[in-house]
Amino acid sequence: MVSLKELAIKRVDPLSGGHRACSGCGFPQIVRMVCMASPDPVVVACATGCLEVTTTIFPYSAWKIPFIHNAFENAAATISGVVAAYEALLKKGKISKKINFVAFGGDGGTYDIGLQSLSGAVERGHNFLYVCYNNEAYMNTGIQRSGATPKGANTTTEPAGKVKQGKERWRKDLTEIMVAHGIPYVAQATVGHYMDLLRKAEKAFTIEGPKFINVLQPCRLGWGSDPARTIEIGKLAADTCFWPLYEVENGVYRVTYKPKEIKPVGEFFKTQARFRHLFKPGNEKLLEEIQEETNRRWQQLLAREKV
Amino acid sequence: MRVAAKTGNEAMAEAMRQINPDVVAAYPITPATEVVMIFAQFVADGLVDTEYVPVESEHSAMSACVGAAAAGARVMTGTSSQGLALMYEILPIASALRLPIVMCEVNRALSAPINIHCDHSDTMAARDFGWIQIFSENAQEAYDSVIQAVKIAEKVRLPVMVTTDGFIISHCMEKIEMLEDEEVKAFIGEYRPATNLLDIENPVTIGALDLQDYYFEHKRQTAEAMRKAPEVIMEVAREFAAKTGREYGFFEKYKIDDAEQVVVALGSSAGTTKVVVDELRAKGVKAGLLRLRVFRPFVAEEIVKALSPAKTIAVLDRSEPLSTQGGPLFTEIRSALYEQEQKPKVFDYIYGLGGRDLTLEQIRRVFVDLQNPEKLSTVNYLGVRE
Repeated sequence: MVSLKELAIKRVDPLSGGHRACSGCGFPQIVRMVCMASPDPVVVACATGCLEVTTTIFPYSAWKIPFIHNAFENAAATISGVVAAYEALLKKGKISKKINFVAFGGDGGTYDIGLQSLSGAVERGHNFLYVCYNNEAYMNTGIQRSGATPKGANTTTEPAGKVKQGKERWRKDLTEIMVAHGIPYVAQATVGHYMDLLRKAEKAFTIEGPKFINVLQPCRLGWGSDPARTIEIGKLAADTCFWPLYEVENGVYRVTYKPKEIKPVGEFFKTQARFRHLFKPGNEKLLEEIQEETNRRWQQLLAREKV
Repeated sequence: MRVAAKTGNEAMAEAMRQINPDVVAAYPITPATEVVMIFAQFVADGLVDTEYVPVESEHSAMSACVGAAAAGARVMTGTSSQGLALMYEILPIASALRLPIVMCEVNRALSAPINIHCDHSDTMAARDFGWIQIFSENAQEAYDSVIQAVKIAEKVRLPVMVTTDGFIISHCMEKIEMLEDEEVKAFIGEYRPATNLLDIENPVTIGALDLQDYYFEHKRQTAEAMRKAPEVIMEVAREFAAKTGREYGFFEKYKIDDAEQVVVALGSSAGTTKVVVDELRAKGVKAGLLRLRVFRPFVAEEIVKALSPAKTIAVLDRSEPLSTQGGPLFTEIRSALYEQEQKPKVFDYIYGLGGRDLTLEQIRRVFVDLQNPEKLSTVNYLGVRE
């Protein structure tokens, strides 16, 4: 296991400074932790989204490692082509280096429009890691709702108003959908627990076949949160069990972080403007309902770990 | 050189086997399914070294092709109709990223109504996506053009689609002359891409965000590549002819050097037209055919020159773009002729949609029309019940 010190000295930082991500954005940390977890060179494919847009404005590129962006919904299909090319050239002796392959996509490019591409790529068994940097809405285009948007959250396409309280449905549980694919490694992480993310990425790189990590990250614009508190809010997501940290290795569940004292989801919600309306008089029941569902899911996860 | 009996699909799949591409990513669709099936069997039998990616959709097929080609692999795929339509989003990305992907495309009508038979609406809707488009008259041409396409694509650094007509060519067995495997290998040579994603020492960013300050220049460069394509297409054709004796150009001129009435057509309909041209020539009528092989790039200057003796021209369009101004081949031909001082009269015949047969009688009627064009409409439908 690599230490943070070793990481800083021995590994290639995939991103240069001066990229144009917002202050307090989570994905530069996610990209760094994931790519630097690899002892071998990394080639990246990326879905259309904030990460691509803020790091590759021509003629500049923040990427110090090979990078390809194709379209919005096809990062997984794209990387499967890259991996196929690698395997072919390896077989023909045109290349000999060990390379790891990572695809990054936001929740829009992963949960929604890119789900088919992701499902197909992992079913085919390509040797790559898919990382969803999940800020729970289409932040790049102005905070539109996605399948990852949690119930009650305010977005521009399912806003809170006089008669509606933001998103009316529960978010899709993509991590479990990926578990159902029977791939060798699936994990959930948050930018708040960066060492946990590092360990998960490190483990993923030792496993042959398709791997998936779903990383929750605050978005200052979309969440209406303090950019200085990104890490803290990421931790709160885990402490409230709003976003449990766990991994599923060959079908075996392991919860990687169990809060000593589980905080109410309201503690997490209070740090973000997207949930502000939930604290208005009359919405107590909705907040309670969300708390109950959070508890139920946490218990379900613990039960899965026991099996 | 050996002689074999092959359908269009078999001929294309055989060409793919001999090309032995690094990566094939494909999804089955009628009537191109066989191309994928036959090639999958080649993979299963160890006859190729290809990494075959059996994707879950044509969108992912083209997406994987882009990834693989960017990684420096020689890449091929095959599709048709709705499958090509599902690729439309990624086709201009492949050309803009200057990736030499080669596609075996079997022309088939687009839905709705759903129909599995031949017309050119699928390929024609992809005409402005920066792909070189080569139409085949028969299985031999399909085979020959697929082999040439690899070389053209890699020299021009633009993707190429070689098309056959669904069922008419794809499923019709013909006698073809095949090159030996080693001859194909020698003809296409080793692929050496200028840059590639797997070059860890020289990292590249592919597919960057281009804004108002650079997008236009990059589009201009791609346009320039397409302008250079004709030269390469002819260079490769000459090299191919030297090996095989089979000569190819942008088009085939069939008895048009002195022709006054000329039909312009794409693909398999040329065969039907040639029969009628022969009949009319026997009667002393100066009839001729210009069969276009390369639709993109559109070599207007050469086409105009070839059509110069014509007094009346009928363009056969196997697609209906619903513009009210006729089919895509017609609008291109008519536009190309605009600068001519002595302009021939040009008429469009939309025919054969959804696999409707083109008969000798219909072509005879077209030539009769061309001899009496006074009352002829600019855009006509051939073989439809009004």
